[in-house]
Amino acid sequence: MIAELFVFTGLLLIGFIAGQVLEYRHLRSIRHREQRLGPILTFAKRFPANQQHQQAPHLVTGCVVISVDYFKRFVAMLYLLIGGRVKPYESLLERGRREALLRMKEQALALNANLIVNVKIETAAISKGATAQQIGCVEVLAYGTALRDPNLTS
Amino acid sequence: MRVVISNIEIIPGKKIVKHLGLVQGNTVRTKHFGRDFMAGLKNIVGGELVGYTELLTESRQEATDRMVKQAEAIGANAILNVRYSTSSVTSGAAELFAYGTAVVLAD
Repeated sequence: MIAELFVFTGLLLIGFIAGQVLEYRHLRSIRHREQRLGPILTFAKRFPANQQHQQAPHLVTGCVVISVDYFKRFVAMLYLLIGGRVKPYESLLERGRREALLRMKEQALALNANLIVNVKIETAAISKGATAQQIGCVEVLAYGTALRDPNLTS
Repeated sequence: MRVVISNIEIIPGKKIVKHLGLVQGNTVRTKHFGRDFMAGLKNIVGGELVGYTELLTESRQEATDRMVKQAEAIGANAILNVRYSTSSVTSGAAELFAYGTAVVLAD
């Protein structure tokens, strides 16, 4: 019993410290790459504004599987009792979406494209039905059609 | 010729001359024990589960390849309006599904 409590507290502590550090680093890297990939425009609309002089379109995808740490999972469980916003999961999904969008943009950049249209973002809980320890891992997929518009100057 | 894959319904500067119907590709994948174990450890500290990301990227490529093969078999040179979907069939296995409309494009 005491040993179990010890392990639990240890995991909470490791989850809290390592989780915070990793999240901070991840968000910093996201901000950095968002600035670098800024010139690639993304649109949720289906058709490009300028339909002339565009190179062959290419489907680009960005995919990431991301999970919350032990501490946040515990806090989220507490939120289930009192209700309200579950902040730990909000930040998880935000990080996942931004990361997926960035990976999609990186692919577009590699193809020398400068805009992506019809961007869809899809989220799937891939650990459905798994044990309680596995809950809290989501897959985010972003995809769209990369095009090059020479009129757009970057 | 390489099949053009896109998730918009028109291709700038090209015309659709023939519509060949829906093509699809799917794959059901599961992760192996080693990856599962590593992901379990990573779950403690949170963050990206690289093993799973790779697995899903590979599987999605596989689903796309199957869709392209089907399109080539019926003589299409483009697949438009492509959609992806993911679902977990049982615990630990995910189905990746890609579908789109096969067409023949001309200038």
